[in-house]
Amino acid sequence: MATYVAKRLLAVIPVLLGLSIIVFLMMTLIPGDPATAILGNYATPENVARLNAQLGLDKPLPQQYLIWLGNLLQGDLGRSFALNRPVLDEVMERFSATLVLAGAALLLCAVLGLIAGIVSAVNQFGWADRIITLFVLIGISTPSFFLGLMLILGFAVNLRWFPPSGMYAIYGGGDLPDLLYHLVLPAFTLAAVATGVIARLTRTAMLEVLRQDFIRTARAKGVSERRVICVHAFKAALVSVIPVIGIQAGFVLGGAVYIETVFQWPGIGAMLVNAISTRDILLVQGGVLVVAASYVLFNLAADVAQSLLDPRLRR
Amino acid sequence: MSGVISTRRASDRPDAVRLMLNNRLATGGLVVLVAMVTLALLTPLLPLHDPNATSPADRLMRPLSEGHLLGTDALGRDIFSRLVWGLRVTLAVGLSATLIAAFVGSAVGLVAGYAGGRTDNVLMRGIDMLMAFPYILLALAIVAVLGPGLINALYAIAVVNIPFFARNIRGVTLGLARRDFVDAARLSGKSHARILSTEILPNVAPVIVVTMSTTVGWMILETAGLSFLGLGAQPPQADLGSMLGDGRRVLFNAPHVALIPGIAIFLLVMSINLFGDGVRDVLDPRLKSGALTRPIGRTAIDRSATDAPIAKSGNVLDVSGLKAQFDVGSRTLHAVDGVDLSLAPGETLGIVGESGSGKSVTAMAIMGLVPTPPGRIAGGAIQLNGEDLLAATDERIRQLRGGAVSHVFQDPLSTLHPLFTVGDQIVEAIRAHQPLNHRKARERARELLALVRIPNAQSRLDAYPHELSGGMRQRVVIAMALANDAGLLIADEPTTALDVTVQAQILTLINRLRRDKGASILFITHDFGVVSAICDRVAVMYAGRIVETGTTAQILNDPAHPYTRKLIDCVPVLGKPDRRLDAIEGLPPPADDLPDGCAFAPRCPYARPDCRKDDVPLFDLGDERGARCLFPLAGHAS
Repeated sequence: MATYVAKRLLAVIPVLLGLSIIVFLMMTLIPGDPATAILGNYATPENVARLNAQLGLDKPLPQQYLIWLGNLLQGDLGRSFALNRPVLDEVMERFSATLVLAGAALLLCAVLGLIAGIVSAVNQFGWADRIITLFVLIGISTPSFFLGLMLILGFAVNLRWFPPSGMYAIYGGGDLPDLLYHLVLPAFTLAAVATGVIARLTRTAMLEVLRQDFIRTARAKGVSERRVICVHAFKAALVSVIPVIGIQAGFVLGGAVYIETVFQWPGIGAMLVNAISTRDILLVQGGVLVVAASYVLFNLAADVAQSLLDPRLRR
Repeated sequence: MSGVISTRRASDRPDAVRLMLNNRLATGGLVVLVAMVTLALLTPLLPLHDPNATSPADRLMRPLSEGHLLGTDALGRDIFSRLVWGLRVTLAVGLSATLIAAFVGSAVGLVAGYAGGRTDNVLMRGIDMLMAFPYILLALAIVAVLGPGLINALYAIAVVNIPFFARNIRGVTLGLARRDFVDAARLSGKSHARILSTEILPNVAPVIVVTMSTTVGWMILETAGLSFLGLGAQPPQADLGSMLGDGRRVLFNAPHVALIPGIAIFLLVMSINLFGDGVRDVLDPRLKSGALTRPIGRTAIDRSATDAPIAKSGNVLDVSGLKAQFDVGSRTLHAVDGVDLSLAPGETLGIVGESGSGKSVTAMAIMGLVPTPPGRIAGGAIQLNGEDLLAATDERIRQLRGGAVSHVFQDPLSTLHPLFTVGDQIVEAIRAHQPLNHRKARERARELLALVRIPNAQSRLDAYPHELSGGMRQRVVIAMALANDAGLLIADEPTTALDVTVQAQILTLINRLRRDKGASILFITHDFGVVSAICDRVAVMYAGRIVETGTTAQILNDPAHPYTRKLIDCVPVLGKPDRRLDAIEGLPPPADDLPDGCAFAPRCPYARPDCRKDDVPLFDLGDERGARCLFPLAGHAS
């Protein structure tokens, strides 16, 4: 098992390098002079020249990349000129807020999706299956930013159950209950689509597994039907659903862009949208890099979890 | 499981369009989609307000106001007019992005799959890199580089969807590129470009369509999303997403400004998804969501059709008039059609027959293990030690399964759970019926493994099924069946998946256990060699019925039914290599269309006109022998 994890960790390195190359190349695709784009149209020629030298923009591309990568490995992602602070500080601060939101949403969609999928499969073609299938269909067709607005309208403005925006109350907030209270609506909104996808796949996986011979064996042993479904079938189905949960981590991290904007959550998605509007390229670059790297790690975690469940994969 | 459910006939395949229309949801989606597309196409011809004409005096009018069907927005612009113009933009951008992604992605996939080797490797690593980014994030990064705007958003969305096309099309192309007709085209001197466009492209087209149908909904959502964030359509141009974004600013006092475009996006995407699901079901039936059915815990029983329990007999098992059927579509397959069996204490009864003769279904039906749907028990009676099993509660059946009656199935790899250690699986079998704690049950499991002669039993407890050989796995399954000293062991072709030496070892093992434990065994097989090694009596099944019964010696030495004779002649005899091996000509009759009279008559070399008239009963030939034949080859009808 330890060797398997070590092997998987090593395999992540080329992926991260690949990501860094793509993110680096982003900058070279900017139409016109990158330094001017980074500093804005009102930059003084001296500043442009200084930045050019600092980023090594006068050198050949591979060399530029190595300089950039070297800085990156030392934790230097450059400086946000709009915010006038190091990109890394801003990105890390924002990313922790996103991680709270995305983590909550991921937990929510995994739990709800798995339960809905199992209930749906066990009651195949029954009323519970129909209702869940309908919700799944609505869930994956509703734009999350629209769902968020409707939830704000219903639960924050009309019912006043939850706050419409923010991460903490402005006065007297800041503790965990306050955070959870603010988290409910955005986390549900962000989880909606992924819940539908996971429920759909869990249903199919369960139906597939329940036809297998080893399920008949379990029944022939006299194992209770509840145990057949919740232990024997569920464990086997989970093996094929876990990678999907890993992929959904990507949709949740990306979807955070909308949800953070709608709920004014101080995360990295909202930061990126602002940074794009202000053309703060280095901030965008740092933000994209950190989120993409975290997605790779989420997938790694899914891989490891899958191999923990399935001994056949540990080789 | 025997192959009772025969393959569908070619003529059953419904024509694609009808199939599509039969799917009510897909049709509904298509109707809504066509309506929205028509509206978008006709927009310039409709008598609408100017979508960009502002009128501060008329701002935020509610829907159904005079002159403004859906009201006005914060600048007093007519929402209905903006909605249909916006719909036009959203559709145009979403569809263009889909076409670009489909074109570029399919091209990459075709080239990678066709060229293979290094080209494939390089292209697919690049695609993998794109997929390593969270979906929306990559689109954002591209917009960040190119700058906000509708056309840039279009490119960004197309790029992030390229991998889906590239991967799917590459997979199919890879398979096609090695096929004969492609080789033939290559040998005939066609250029690679010609082969790709004339030979391969037509074959991957359905995959491209299916991928488009899955991705176009996402692309429209993402287009709207980028515009919602202010990174797509720039004022004064509006699409549905930017309308929603505008509406958000007045959400609290005029929610309709946001609700209307939101609902429009939802309807559009929903109709595309419904229609897309329908297209997928037609073009790629394997993915059809309703195609799989789940078997429930116990076979369904037509209680009205079952017989009253038989009088006490002293037998371990009594089966009489058992009928089991499978409902497949509009057809009913009579897999078991009136079977009588009895099994005395300590006796081994072999049930022999070809695949599809109903022997496995008979065995599975006893403890309600025939999958429902599609199977059901349609009549008869089953008694275990005098207890009526068809009338028993589900909980009672659960207690008996693995307790009084245990099973050994054919393929030991698929019958053991791949994710649990064999020790855990045996412990579970023990603890389902005995009040032992985990430690004691584990000790008992070790004893069982030793009993079935597994070396290093202690360490094997922690092995997973895939770490054992086929013979070892079958021993584990047998150990599991012995866990609770069951009085009846039902073994369904337990040695078929094993090689001959292992087969002999397993048979010896079962034989010895029967001697030591005194259990009765119902042994299903198609192999007379196995029968002679283990069975006291034999029942031969054909087309869901028993056609001959008798002691093993009688049946093997002197078969009465022509079918039994033919079956025995199929077995090669060691030391007589020149003996002619007769395969039985023809196939068993379809289980939903049995012939009148004797079911074997169409394949029987001795058949006479009388054989095809009436149902043939099981004639008693004396000495507990019976044969369902008007003109038996041995014995004397009484």
